[in-house]
Amino acid sequence: MKRILLMGNPNVGKSVVFTRLTGVNVITSNYPGTTVEFRKGYMRLEDERAEVIDVPGTYTLEPTSRAEEVAVEMLENACKEEGTLVINIVDATNLERNLNLTLQLLKRDIPVIVALNLWDETRHTGISINVEKLQGMLGVPVVPTVAVTGEGIKRLVDRLREARKGRYEYEDNERWHKVGKVIEETQRVGHRHHTFLERLAEASITPFTGIPIALIVISTTFKIIRFIGEGLIGYVFEPLFDKLWMPVMAKLSLVLGGGGFIHDILIGQLIDGEIDFGQSFGILTTGIFIPIGAVLPYIFAFYLVLNFLEDSGYLPRLAILVDKIMHQLGLHGMAIIPMMLGLGCNVPGALATRVLETRRERFIGATLMAIAIPCMAQIAMIVGLIGEYGAKGMGLVFGTLFIVWFVLGVLMNLLLKGESPEIFVEIPPYRIPYFGALTKKLWMRIKGFLKEALPFVLLGVFIVNILYSLKVIDFLGKVTAPVITRVLGLPIEAVAALVIGFLRKDVAVGMLAPLGLSLKQIVVSCVVLAMYFPCVATFAVLVKELGVKDMLKSAIIMILSALLVGGLLNLIL
Amino acid sequence: MTDLTQMRRGERGKVVKIEGGFGLLRRLEALGIRKGVEVTKASAQIMRGPITLKAGNTEVAIGYGMARRVFVELE
Repeated sequence: MKRILLMGNPNVGKSVVFTRLTGVNVITSNYPGTTVEFRKGYMRLEDERAEVIDVPGTYTLEPTSRAEEVAVEMLENACKEEGTLVINIVDATNLERNLNLTLQLLKRDIPVIVALNLWDETRHTGISINVEKLQGMLGVPVVPTVAVTGEGIKRLVDRLREARKGRYEYEDNERWHKVGKVIEETQRVGHRHHTFLERLAEASITPFTGIPIALIVISTTFKIIRFIGEGLIGYVFEPLFDKLWMPVMAKLSLVLGGGGFIHDILIGQLIDGEIDFGQSFGILTTGIFIPIGAVLPYIFAFYLVLNFLEDSGYLPRLAILVDKIMHQLGLHGMAIIPMMLGLGCNVPGALATRVLETRRERFIGATLMAIAIPCMAQIAMIVGLIGEYGAKGMGLVFGTLFIVWFVLGVLMNLLLKGESPEIFVEIPPYRIPYFGALTKKLWMRIKGFLKEALPFVLLGVFIVNILYSLKVIDFLGKVTAPVITRVLGLPIEAVAALVIGFLRKDVAVGMLAPLGLSLKQIVVSCVVLAMYFPCVATFAVLVKELGVKDMLKSAIIMILSALLVGGLLNLIL
Repeated sequence: MTDLTQMRRGERGKVVKIEGGFGLLRRLEALGIRKGVEVTKASAQIMRGPITLKAGNTEVAIGYGMARRVFVELE
């Protein structure tokens, strides 16, 4: 079978080309390092199935980081096999820097074809490239493409069989000189005026204007998320559940006789003789309501805004502004990316710690994210639970978590051996996101949530019922009573939430609702639930990313700090 | 000759020397910043935060410590 490697600098659109070729949707953004794992897909090529691999971005084949090492290894393996070829995706607006990699590829023993991507942007950046001449000089086919719109992709596919091994001769130490020569012969840069986006780009990294802009962006982000989330729940999802789903469930409850084992599992407990979607805890009532009625609206709102921030290119700029603060935590500015993604779901957040260079940084980053960044599912449930206490309750929960995030980071930075490297990142230009790309990514992420979360939530609700009917919760409650009641000041029933928290945090927070907790108890239990351990999905990814030993260390930090912070809150509130 | 941290915002200069190990040289070179290249300082953050510079169409942010080791001849 033929195998095609997509290679190029970070953030030139390799993943967009990948999606175009294979139809496999992958998350793409406007910052370097979105693809941290390689992905495989398949396409038809002259009635043959060809494997397409989306290789993480690399600036050079002399690797400077772990991600680049991975890319080079994949290339070297491919060189040994028959029927492989490389599509070198090149940013046409940054030809000189990109050709550095191209010339290195041409020296390898593998056929190459060049896709001159972002071709549309050369027009308004005043760059003109003589494609014919470039093709002649490089000795391999060069095809202009605009991957986001699909322009040029068909021609790229048609010309794949023309891909050939490079014959371009040069000594390694004169590579840049050669690049310069190619550029001189093929590229003209015309005069042009600064665009509005460029002015905005400048303003957003100059401290005097950049810090106010960042504050506005962040506060607006949260306002929009809350506005859309609450709006969808109040005007769409709650009415749907009350008017459509409730009558069905009420009938089913009657049919099942209003009680008994099956009734308890499917419908749950009746509260004052009626079904309560928040508290009944049956699979078909609370089990469906939590993910769809309470969490989904916030997931939708969050990713709507995050996708826009990602595709516009704002995040690396935010990274520069917060770099100094992140250094206090032993991280650098790019750590803002796993933290932001973690707010949606800790799983992609944990994967995104790969944008950090050293083991030490990845440990600190992953631990901080898992402890102090609640995912959107958990946030939605916390907001639902504590909303009646207004800003005070929310401030207590999220303010505490923020302080924990900062203090714990400072402590780890002081106590862990080693130093953290400085920020080193390419800043992409601002781009106006394509509507189609935004909606596709939103749909992918929502589908991802439903596929990953729904089964776990249903399983969680099912297990709750089983544990209660087998009296396991009563037993655990008695065993853990000293910690739960004395240290944390919670009723022993709260232990059930802590057990389910290993599986799904949103269900766990939902289980607090029927307990009739005071504000103080709600704050303590929400904070402890967020901190004490990651959910099972995040845990699995963290073990893979950190290794068993570091994950164990991280877990000890999580449990101890959760007890400490929970105990302190219990004392001072 | 002055290093990047001493340059003012908007100033242009030609890179004449990069002090530092092979690793730093290689990372900068990979992004197109090497001896003889013209760069413009785009911004600096307060309290010795990162410096951003432009080389051609590429914009790069580097830490203060690295920026201090890149020397330019102002135009």
